[in-house]
Amino acid sequence: MSGLVEAVLSTAFVTQAVRVAVPYACAATGGAITERSGVIDLAIEAKLLFGAFGAAVVAHATGSVWAGLVGGMTAGVAVAMVQLVLGALIAADQVVVGVALNLGAYGLTRYLLQVLYGSSANSPQTVGVGSAVWTSPVFWLAAAAVTAVAWALTRTAPGLRIRAAGDRPAALAAAGVSVARTRAVALAVGGALAGLGGAQLALANHGFSAEMSNGRGYLALAIVILGGWRPAVVAITCLGLGLVEAFAYQVQLELQTRAAAGHGPSDLEQLTGMLAHVLPYLLTLAFLALLPQRARTPRALGRADDAL
Amino acid sequence: MKPATAAAVRREAAIATVALLVAMAAGSALILAIGQSPARVWGALLARTLGDAGGVAQVLFKATPLLFTGLAVAIALRAGLFNIGVEGQLVAGLLACGVVGGALPAATPGLIAVPLCLLAAATAGGALGAATGALRAWRGSHEVIVGILLNAIVGAVVLWLGDAYLFVGESTRTADVVDGARLATIGPAGTALNTAAPLALAAAAAIAWLFARTRTGARWRAVGAAPDAAACAGGGVRRSMLTAMTLSGAIAGLAAAHYVLGYKYCYEDGVGRGAGFLGIAVALLGRGHPGGVVAAALLLGLLSHGGLVVSDLVPKELFDVLTAVIILAVAASTPMVRRRGLAALTRGARRAGLSGVAADGGAP
Repeated sequence: MSGLVEAVLSTAFVTQAVRVAVPYACAATGGAITERSGVIDLAIEAKLLFGAFGAAVVAHATGSVWAGLVGGMTAGVAVAMVQLVLGALIAADQVVVGVALNLGAYGLTRYLLQVLYGSSANSPQTVGVGSAVWTSPVFWLAAAAVTAVAWALTRTAPGLRIRAAGDRPAALAAAGVSVARTRAVALAVGGALAGLGGAQLALANHGFSAEMSNGRGYLALAIVILGGWRPAVVAITCLGLGLVEAFAYQVQLELQTRAAAGHGPSDLEQLTGMLAHVLPYLLTLAFLALLPQRARTPRALGRADDAL
Repeated sequence: MKPATAAAVRREAAIATVALLVAMAAGSALILAIGQSPARVWGALLARTLGDAGGVAQVLFKATPLLFTGLAVAIALRAGLFNIGVEGQLVAGLLACGVVGGALPAATPGLIAVPLCLLAAATAGGALGAATGALRAWRGSHEVIVGILLNAIVGAVVLWLGDAYLFVGESTRTADVVDGARLATIGPAGTALNTAAPLALAAAAAIAWLFARTRTGARWRAVGAAPDAAACAGGGVRRSMLTAMTLSGAIAGLAAAHYVLGYKYCYEDGVGRGAGFLGIAVALLGRGHPGGVVAAALLLGLLSHGGLVVSDLVPKELFDVLTAVIILAVAASTPMVRRRGLAALTRGARRAGLSGVAADGGAP
């Protein structure tokens, strides 16, 4: 137990928390800007997964981390554009579109893995950044992107237009600005950010493995909601989630060391392991249930008909 | 949604047909991309699934759980809710069913054992559905997020319960259910098709009756179509959300009849995985109507069995992609058809000399 306390109080623990938080922060900030423009962003999971896939494929082909990053962001934008056409322009149900894109992403990445590399589970090993955080260019790029988007959304004219598209699309249209084009910009930025988050996953792992987004996109959307759609609050909440996951990871590590030292785990240790595993989900669910959410919801969220 | 007039049925059928054609086109493109002939793959798929009685029975076998999960999603959709938690509700139902079935005295007759097992499955799934519905109704938490979080939590809890207490030895399965709780197999020898299939059809008939003939069904529809109007009319919006999600979860849990009582005779980790998500495609393709859900379950049963039998020609992941394409195509064609209907209505009203006919202002 003292080992656990020491581990949690170390700088390595903080680094670990930040490493976990980066993909969440990218994805959730992207989700925040998308939703502020009035489009429900349930496709974050697909953008993360395709972002990771795109980054791994390009990094493998070119041998360059930077090219991989561009590949990941491009893939994220591509998913966002499908979402834009179906959800915002044709006005299909945005929840349904998001869920279908996520399911399709699981299948299509596996299919493409099989086609490209002959395995539906993993890509070949690629260049990457490993577990580096403070020395990784990817980390600083992600931090800069998240900060810039959070600032731009609240302090610049394009940011104001995006917020207007989500709150008062009719007023924006009356001011002579195209709601559809504004939403397109927001979705492209959001897709690039989420793709960057996915690229971080793949580059840290030195390759793509199937379903590696592992539900992060849904947690990211929950954090968008919990953060009241305010990008700065959302990004900071992601750091909190990083701390929780890093803590859960340390607990599981501690249990593994004990298991390796002796016999099989006791009932209590099994329970602790399970609780550590579900802690991020449980906490998110508890906050969702306890915090009021309606007040800050973008007023035109999910109502593509308004722009037609 | 309008009453099921002939025109409305034709319109719904048109949406489903367009979606299927789009999916076939996308599938053909993906098949061409790996240098295979689409005609050969589609031909083989049909020949190897519907070519003999065994293949047909296997399609029905695959369709049975999808009918349960598709009905579950359709019930929630009727009240305007998207139950993505079906996957977790299904797993909870399977485990509850396996545990109760294994704990009964060995001599329990089927007339007692089967209902008890199914009650356990429906209760476990229904409790999760109720929790999701209550959070949505009273706390405003989005049911999709809650559903996904609960799926993750249920998966971990079930695995922990199994590992720590329920699984036999080093395996990942519970003890076998008693003989009385086992459902009879039907159809040709060599298939696992069982009496859960007619049970699923009976559930579809019961839900069709519930939708069309009961006050509860009417309330759900009002809440789903126009929650604000339903609230003004004293429709009990919150209670409707709760009851719809509870029944939805219970029906998802009932898929245990197929997996646990009719097929594996125990709970086994990983069995039934993905059936909840496929249920979403089934419900949307079936346009939320029980009859349509039956047809859609048969079709996706054909595709999921077909994916296995043509896996020498194309990777079976292709059929997961097709499922998503079907959902997208249904979602995309719905507003187009609806808008055309609305335009026709406005034209007709203008011709009749009425002005100021409001566009439907409800949420899409």
